[in-house]
Amino acid sequence: MKKNLVTAVLMTIATTILLGVIYPLVVTGLAQLLFPKKANGELIEKNGVLVGSALIGQGFSGPAYFHSRPSAAGNGWDAANSGGSNYGPTNHKFIDRVHQDVTTLQAENPGQPIPVDMVTTSASGFDPDITPAAAEFQLARVAKERGISIDQLQSLVAKHTQERQWGFLGERRVNVLELNLELDARYPATKRASAARN
Amino acid sequence: MTVNGWFQILLFLAIVLALTKPLGIFMARVFSGERTILDAILRPIERLLYRITGVDEKHEMRWTEYAVAMLLFSVVSMIVLYLLQRLQGYLPLNPQHLGAVNPPVLAFNTAASFTTNTNWQNYSGETTMSYFTQMAGLAYHNFTSAAVGIVLAIAFIRGIARREMKTIGNFWVDLVRCSLWVLLPLCILGSLVLVSQGVVQNFRPYDKIKLVEPMQVPKVDSNGKPVLGPDGKQLSDTVTEQTIAQGPVASQEIIKELGTNGGGFFNANSSHPFENPTPLSDYIELIAIFSLGSALTYTLGQMTGSHRHGWAVWSAMAILFLAGVTVAYWAEARGNPLLAGTNQRPTAAQAGGNMEGKEVRFGVTDSALWATVTTDTSCGAINSWHDSFTPLGGMVPLTNIMLSEVVFGGVGSGMYGMLIDIILAVFIAGLMVGRTPEYLGKKIEAYDVKMAMLVILIFPLVILGFAAVSVVYGFGTSSILNPGPHGLSEILYAFTSQAGNNGSAFAGLTTNTLWYNSAGGITMLVGRFLMIIPMLAIAGNLAGKKYVPPSLGTFPVTTPLFTVLLIGVILIVGALTFFPALSLGPILEHLLMAAGKTF
Repeated sequence: MKKNLVTAVLMTIATTILLGVIYPLVVTGLAQLLFPKKANGELIEKNGVLVGSALIGQGFSGPAYFHSRPSAAGNGWDAANSGGSNYGPTNHKFIDRVHQDVTTLQAENPGQPIPVDMVTTSASGFDPDITPAAAEFQLARVAKERGISIDQLQSLVAKHTQERQWGFLGERRVNVLELNLELDARYPATKRASAARN
Repeated sequence: MTVNGWFQILLFLAIVLALTKPLGIFMARVFSGERTILDAILRPIERLLYRITGVDEKHEMRWTEYAVAMLLFSVVSMIVLYLLQRLQGYLPLNPQHLGAVNPPVLAFNTAASFTTNTNWQNYSGETTMSYFTQMAGLAYHNFTSAAVGIVLAIAFIRGIARREMKTIGNFWVDLVRCSLWVLLPLCILGSLVLVSQGVVQNFRPYDKIKLVEPMQVPKVDSNGKPVLGPDGKQLSDTVTEQTIAQGPVASQEIIKELGTNGGGFFNANSSHPFENPTPLSDYIELIAIFSLGSALTYTLGQMTGSHRHGWAVWSAMAILFLAGVTVAYWAEARGNPLLAGTNQRPTAAQAGGNMEGKEVRFGVTDSALWATVTTDTSCGAINSWHDSFTPLGGMVPLTNIMLSEVVFGGVGSGMYGMLIDIILAVFIAGLMVGRTPEYLGKKIEAYDVKMAMLVILIFPLVILGFAAVSVVYGFGTSSILNPGPHGLSEILYAFTSQAGNNGSAFAGLTTNTLWYNSAGGITMLVGRFLMIIPMLAIAGNLAGKKYVPPSLGTFPVTTPLFTVLLIGVILIVGALTFFPALSLGPILEHLLMAAGKTF
């Protein structure tokens, strides 16, 4: 018993150093060497300022931008407070929230059913993606605000649409932040549109 | 449900099947002390560890000493984890300057949670734990609690395989060999593959980025109440920055899945893009969760000399997995009938289904698959929120845990849980033919069956006992987020998950309270250690028995008939125990949802 107790203490210390300190440090070293951009969160820089991570969604509400999914993360989109709404399927607060969002969105495209990902909160709270259906739903509005044709915009969306990985894994998706950044770079919102927003 | 969805699910099972034999043989060699290709590198480290810690690797232990060594190691490492959390403010690698984990009962709950392989989390990782606590405390326990589970299963298998012996191996040797040979190489490789997909691995302070479009958010006071202006309208704040949490995530992510631990680096667990950025990282993590549990069935066959028995057990597990994933996938793909005005049908442009609490890149298929896999095992990592599943979709993870997570199972714990069910199945078969039951040449007698029943009865006792108290008193019900039958499901899930050492949650329930922290901590410790002791007692008892050659009256444990009987026992034991509670929770909610009722 006493011998095993001494071993337990020493074993805890020794394996903590090996598995809890050396192992993560070695992996960090290798990761930084092999995949420096990925290991640091795929941060995006614009004019010397960090404007986001390709993996972390941001909230957009202006009409000239494609909108991300609703978020339940802290303070809107604070990526230091990840999480979902945890609403159950029969909670009336959840059902009411969806109905309210549906009403707002239907003003944009009367009579059309809303792609379900546009009115449901994501799991992480900053899902970087929307479905191609949700992007299509917003085409007309964004094209009008940016003063470009729907065809032009459609090809830009297609460019940012990721197919299933290896052809079968996961689902097709559109990265909202990357799409909006390219929109800003190529088709800056017209004065009229930004004035209307303010 | 789509063809592509089913292709993903079936290919997943095929990959797990393909890994079962090579990994199973490898583990049998490691624990029998045979030579492996890794010896040249690992043998010197192993010897050094024994010299430092005073372990005699030739020493063999009886089951009692094995249990004592395991308990001592668990207690000591649990105390260290508690202290690490409380002292993290004085320790290195804390760029966010996070203070001690408070209140102390939360640190206790977390220490119990990670020591028992549960990884129930009443805290949010990115705002509570320093990088040092994450890697040297939490990820460390992901290694050791997984290793402890695996070596206990190995000890049990030795008990079956050995004849007229008093010992079942050396706990310290098994622990070290499991960590060095099995877990560490797979983790180094796997973590780098995850980084290649975008899982972060760094020690940066959290990054501040400038939002592309500043956001208006409702202004709230320090209590979280909205602030109203003089005209009674809600005031708003302009947010221009986003904080991006970082950390040594990949090295923790891989052991969290491989060791069926499940404790997320971030609050959002494996739905967080930094833990699980792509469908491929998702697939790799899923395979990691199942691989060792599945391989242990082959190790069982290899070490007991009956490969066909190993495959018969594997088949029972595979059938139960497919049953679970079918229901979950079907229910989630159908969607929520209460969401009028939305389009939930699958098309080329969207996956559709119930998307609340799910990520677009995973859709309903990978989310339902993950929910099934994480609860077939005792993993408990999540890539979507189970609380927001449809009633029947959410009932699948709950039921999986209630069946004691024997479908591939927690690493080790699933195997020994399954062995208990096997003993019961063999016993029932023996009763039917009127002979003393035998299992792989060992007579199963009164003592073994009594111990097996103890394991089976402790489990529902803690779950239903604590859940009953929680639904009666205000300190239990005030934590409910979703009223109606769903509230009962939340509480039931909390104690089931903790007793089963799973760690996933219907996370709407506010569990960082005095009651849930303490009752939950006790439940996790009971669910781990009170189950292990009778299990080891059976192992020790079996090891001492004579070998009885099979006769015409022996019920064979290698046939499809055995597989069916085993599934029957698992389902009947689970159903008889938990059906009444399930009918008042998810089943009732499903019927009311169909009738259009909300709460």
